[in-house]
This record gives sequence, C-alpha cells and structure tokens, in this order.
Amino acid sequence: MTSGGKELAGIFLFVALVAGIPLATDSGVILNFVMMALYAALLAQAWNILGGFGGQFSFGHALFFGTGAYIQAIAQLQGGLNAWLALFMAVAGSAGVGALVGALSFRYGLKGSYFALVTLAFAEVFRILALSVPFTGAGVGLMLPLHESFANMQFGSRKGYVYLVLAFVAAALLLTWWLKHSRFGAYLQAVRDNEDAARAIGVNPFGVKLGAIVLSGGLMGAGGAFYVQVFQYIDPGIAYGPGTSVEALVAAIVGGMGTLWGPVLGALVLHVLADLTRNLFGQLPGINMVIYGMVLVLIVMFLPRGIAGLGATAKSLWKKSGGRRG
Amino acid sequence: MAEPLLAIKGLSISFGGLKAVQNVSLDVPEGSLTALIGPNGAGKTTLFALMSGFLKPDSGTVQFAGQDITGCAPHLNARRGMTRTFQIVQPFATQTVRENIAVGAHLHLKERRSALSQAEEVAARVGLSAQLDKPASDLTVAGRKRLELARALATRPRLLLLDEVLAGLNPQEIAEMIPVVRGIAQSGVTVLMIEHVMQAVMNLAQHVWVLAQGQLIAQGTPAEVTADEKVVEAYLGHGTAARLRAAALAGAAT
Amino acid sequence: MFDSGILFPSLINGLTTGAVYALIALGLTLIYGVLHIINFAHGAALMVALYAVYLLKERFGIDPYLALPLVVPGMFVLGYALQRLIINRASHGKDENILLVTLGLSIVMENAALLFFKSDTRTIETAYTLTTVAIGPAMIALPKLVAFAGALLVSGLLLWIVGKTDLGRAIRAVAKEKHGAKLMGIDVDHVYAMSFGIGLACLGAAACFLLPAYYVNPQVGGGFVLVAFTVVVLGGMGSFVGALLGGLLIGVVESLGGLYLGESLGQIGIFAIFIAVLLFRPQGLFGAKA
Repeated sequence: MTSGGKELAGIFLFVALVAGIPLATDSGVILNFVMMALYAALLAQAWNILGGFGGQFSFGHALFFGTGAYIQAIAQLQGGLNAWLALFMAVAGSAGVGALVGALSFRYGLKGSYFALVTLAFAEVFRILALSVPFTGAGVGLMLPLHESFANMQFGSRKGYVYLVLAFVAAALLLTWWLKHSRFGAYLQAVRDNEDAARAIGVNPFGVKLGAIVLSGGLMGAGGAFYVQVFQYIDPGIAYGPGTSVEALVAAIVGGMGTLWGPVLGALVLHVLADLTRNLFGQLPGINMVIYGMVLVLIVMFLPRGIAGLGATAKSLWKKSGGRRG
Repeated sequence: MAEPLLAIKGLSISFGGLKAVQNVSLDVPEGSLTALIGPNGAGKTTLFALMSGFLKPDSGTVQFAGQDITGCAPHLNARRGMTRTFQIVQPFATQTVRENIAVGAHLHLKERRSALSQAEEVAARVGLSAQLDKPASDLTVAGRKRLELARALATRPRLLLLDEVLAGLNPQEIAEMIPVVRGIAQSGVTVLMIEHVMQAVMNLAQHVWVLAQGQLIAQGTPAEVTADEKVVEAYLGHGTAARLRAAALAGAAT
Repeated sequence: MFDSGILFPSLINGLTTGAVYALIALGLTLIYGVLHIINFAHGAALMVALYAVYLLKERFGIDPYLALPLVVPGMFVLGYALQRLIINRASHGKDENILLVTLGLSIVMENAALLFFKSDTRTIETAYTLTTVAIGPAMIALPKLVAFAGALLVSGLLLWIVGKTDLGRAIRAVAKEKHGAKLMGIDVDHVYAMSFGIGLACLGAAACFLLPAYYVNPQVGGGFVLVAFTVVVLGGMGSFVGALLGGLLIGVVESLGGLYLGESLGQIGIFAIFIAVLLFRPQGLFGAKA
C-alpha cells in the first residue's frame, strides 16, 4: 500500500474505534472526556491547516471560533433557522471572516510575528464589538433554549455529541490528508518553507495562503458551532477571548505542526494532563492553563517538532541504524 | 532574425540614490544559450529580478514571447514559461528532493502522483536520482545547486534564468555541471545564465552581455568580450588595460 | 460636543496615561531593537510587577513610589534570567519559536496569578490616592501627574543609558551587527539578557507609577500588550523617540475615543490604528525584514 493509502486506512480505523466507545460504555465521565478531547482536536486541526501546513501562526483563532459560535446561536434565535442549516452558515461565515482577514493581511505581506499580532488584534476588535452591539446579547451573552432532538442538533446524552464532533474530526482528518497529497497542499508547504522560491516556480503565495485561512477558519467555525450546541450558551469572552486561540495553538504545536495526527495527539495529551491535575489538585482556576503554558515552553525548547515529530525522528534513526541491513 | 524570446528595453531601477540598473536593453533569441557577466555588485541579480517580476522597474519594458510582462508577478511569469533560480539556493528544507522537484512539476500537472513521477525524470536529467528521498536540507552545496536547477526545470520553462549555478562548486563539480547545463539547452530550453566562472562561460555561451555598475558595457562572443578593454577595466580597475599593455611591451623589450 | 471644559481634562488625562504607555513601549522597543524579537510576555510581566507593588504595599506597607528601588531591580533580574535560561535556549535560531515561548511564558504567568490571587481586581489605598491638582480648568489626580513625570524621567534615563554608557554602546553594537559585535569581543548573550532585563525593569518602574491610580488583576497585562505593540508599531519598531511620541498619542486617542464613543468602542480605535498601521505601513515601519 502507498503511504497515502496507509494513512487513509489509519483514519478509518481511528474513526471506527472511537465510534465504538459510545457503544461500549454509558459512563458519563468517559464520554465527556472523549467528547472534550475530540473537540480540542478539532480546534487544533483547524489551527494546524494555517499554522502547521501554511506556517502562518495565528494568535487569534478565536476570531473564527467566536464567529461560528455567534452565527450558530443567532441564526437559530433571531433567524428561527434549523440548527443544521445554522451550522452550514456558521462554517461559511467564519470561512468568510477568514477570507477577509487573510485578504487584508496577506495582500499587504504580513508574516511571522506581525501576522500573529494582527490576528490577535482582530479577535479583540470582534470581542469588543460583540460586547457593544445588541444582537449578540452584549455582555450577557446568548442562551439557546433546550429542545433535545436530532433536528435541533441537541442530544439527550453525550453520545450524540460524541458522534457529531467525531464527524467533524473525521472531516478535518480527511482534509488534512488531502493537504498532504494534493497540489494545493504541496503549494502551501512550499510557501511555508520558502515563499520566494515558490513564487519563482509558479506558486501564487497570496492565493494559497488565502485558501488555507478560509479552510482553517471554516473548520474553527464548526468548532464554535459545536460549542454552542453542547453548552447552549455563548458570550464575548468565551467566543473571542484568548483561551480558545491558545488551546488550539498549543495542542497543534505539542502534537506536531504540519502532521496528520499531531493535533489529535496533542489534544489527547493535554486533556489527559488536565484530568490528571484536576485529580491531583482539585478544581483550581488557571491550573490547566499554567500546565498548557509550561508544556508549550518545554516542547518548543526540547521537541520543536512536537510529539508526532518525535515518532518521525525515532523512525529515521531506526532506518539509519537498521535500514541498510533490511 | 526571428522575434526574440525575451526582449528588454531601457530597464532602470534605483534603490535610494543607488542606480542599480540603468537603461539596459537586450534581446535573448529563442533556443540560445547566453550569459550575463560582470563584477560583483554590477546589478546582474537585480536585472534577473526585474526580468522575472520579483522587482518592478522604475522605467523600461520587459517582453516575453511577444507579450509585455513589465511588472507582472513572478508566478505569472513562471506560468508563461520563464523560470529563475537563485544564487543563494532556496530549497524547501523540510521536504525531500522528490517533493521539492514535484512542486515545480505541479505547474503543469495537477495530480500529485504524476508530479511525483515527473520529479523522478527531472532528477535523472540533473543527476539527483540517488538522492530522491533525502531531505533537501541534507544535500551538499553541489546537490542543492542541482536541486535548484531541477525544480526550475520541472516547470518546463521556455526560458531558464540561471543565477550562478556554478558558484561555490569545486573544479570537479563544475566539470560535472557544465554538461548538465548544455544538455538542458540542447533539449530546446533557452538559457540565460549569470556566471562568474569564466571557463564555463567560454565553454557554454554563444553570446555574452557584460554589466558594470548597472550599465551594459559590452557584448559579443565570449572571445570578443574578454578581449574588450572596457571589460578588463571593469573587472580589474581603471587603467588596468593600459598597465597590462605596458607590462607586455616592457616584457617584449627585454 | 467640543466643550473645552470636557475636552481639556480628557486631553490631559490622555497624556498622563500615554506617558505610562510610552514607558511600557520603551521596554518593548528596546527588546525588539536589540534582539529582533517580539516579547509577547511583556503584558504578563507588567502584571507580575503590578502584583509585586501590590504585595509590597499590602504586606509590608511600602509605598508604591518607595518600592521603586525594589521592584525595578527585581524585574531586571527576572528579565535577565528569563532571556538567559529559557528564551535564548528555546529559540533554535527561529523567530517563531521565540514568539511561541514568550506566549507560553505569558500564559504561565497570567494563570499562575489567577491561581494565587483569584480573578479579583485589586487596588491600593494611599494617602494621596484621591488628591487632585488643578491644571487650568482640569482637575487631575495627583498619582497621574506623578506617573506622567516619573514615566518621562525614566524614559530619559533609558535614553541616557543606551546613548552614553559603555553598556549602551555594546547594546547598540549588538543591535546593529550581531556578528561584528561578537568579533569585537562583546558577549552577545549577555547583552541580549541585559537588554531583556532593562526592558522588564521599565515595566517595574511603570508598575510603581501606575498602581496608585490603577488596579491589578491577572488579565490586566492583556490590554497593555496590544496597546504597547500599537505604540511601538506606530513609532517605528526599535525607535525610542517614536515610542515616546506614540505612547502619548495613543493615550490621547484612547481618552478622546472613550469620551466620544464610549469606553469599549473607544478601545476599538486603538486596535483600528494598530491593524491599519500594520497593514498599510509595514515595510516602512519595520524595515524590510518582517
């Protein structure tokens, strides 16, 4: 089998295994853990498309998350739309915000630290706007009424949400797989590695980066919509505050940027760490984030390719020592 | 003579007060192998950047295959058939040799699989077949120069602008590279190269332009150009030609 | 609407806040100018300094202004150590890594503060907290005037250090040509750490001047970090005079924006300036390499 074929098989195996968990257990603790870990993986996968494959580090990915969340809530509350239709709009709307921010930033050649800062500033602008305009419920936030049914995308048990977010994660995995095996993905990575060299051989960096931020934003918006469906509540701090941006970025970097499984791995590791600390210290505000921050610093110091990169490094060492004989 | 593949007219650009390229005009005939030479800082790489669209000229025009492309973006020019390489090699460091070349091949091939297999063929043409699955960052300087060449070649250019593909190579590596460049030209690709290694220029180029301080000071066959006093002076300093002549006379007298 | 009775005090208020912004931005621009990195932990470090001032006052009764000789060297040591022990080692020669590490540090600092102090907003009471001074028709809080004068004084001191001392000469040499400075026998890692230390020491001074008229909570740095970046971007990365003028300007914009647009929309004005400058004048303000 080709490497691409093996990866596809891996994705299907992963989805099948995780899909089996709700069939095997009714434990709320386990189902909640699986749901939250998958949700974190989804955010990290979204960040990874632009940050990992595109090399454009966004510090304000909450911009897309929050936009998706608000569209999901407002379309149902004010627009009276069906939740599934709202989801479609949430994804399209956050992708559209991605297109807008991307068009502005990339047209004017922002990269590196400046791109990170400008995304952060955009997220702040949206947070303040959400605090100031009436249709977002301002500081009070928006509450979605509880009507559990499939048509409303609200489920009586965590199991429904696990399947919903698993579907998103599977879509994100397939999208990432496509990046690794398509011309668009090759161009995106070429621009990340060396923009001038890519331009010289026919790559349009603006278009490629714009495509990446649209995909990344749309996926992040799906994450926001999912959040609203699960918790039935959104406010400006949750939507556009730095917490979500940080969570998406840290999980992707810890797991391994620009890899297929890195974001999933990173989200899982961080959630296991978070649960462990909760068991050790109890519910203390901020302790999770302290640990996320420390893990981020340590990973950048000692494992810049992330956990998935560790596997690749070990593999190449193994090949070097044993490959000749085999 | 047939219409030139690349025609530049009165090209000028300055940075601050420095006139990097001044009123340069030249025609590159289709199917030719030509060279641009000149001392360091003469503006050769700047001229390449103006031709390929990395810089916009203050004045003057660039025509490619009869079309005015002045100020067009580099990726559009690459799609038209003009591809440049860089003097300081610019590999996609995290990717393998095969993947690097495939990015170039994607210009005409949408399918990943066909781009990757095209990469193998191109690698063979520049002698990189053995290194296909190595990360680009593991290559030697000579290997990187070949990769730079291969990536550009994979775009199937009509005109290849080679910026010092021989710089930094040892004599044996240069001797190995010269037939590769000649092979490319013989396959029908028009080649314009910036080169410092005179042995290669004498060996390869049909026509040579000499740039000094941003201006075209001479042109002709390699033999004509190297015999030109202005060229000798540009390389070795003002008055050198006269001193050399005097020295030769003095040598003959004794 | 253009009643000078409201406009003038608002202007003075903006200038006093702006002077503190300038001081914070000076630290940031020094770090950028020398190390060519964006210190994303700048706001969090200011928050740490504010808590230090707060604790010194609440636990030991030390007046914020008298805390200067403790907090400024303390922040210097913190900065020196962070650069030397963590940031320098994590960079692996890539700017992105520094950005990520300073982001990580800011996350740790902010949430550690949340852990120790909870999310409560805290203020201190001093004898002069409510004292006001009349300047023309405006009544300005005394601590704000002290902050204004103090911030300008420290800025002047910083300019003198960079311009006239041996350390300043080394800093300028490293900022200009790292490799050349190394060849001249300058210990580049030491100069980096000194610059980072001085940058954070500025925050120590800013915190002492700020707290009597301000407050502290774990998130307080977040607001300042974007304001400081805006100032630095406006003034030109690495330019001291630019940071000074930019700080004053942003202070005034914020104050007037708050007056006419309301507090939260007024803040948008700052971000709008920030985004606009980044987008439309990036090369001119940052130099060719972004």
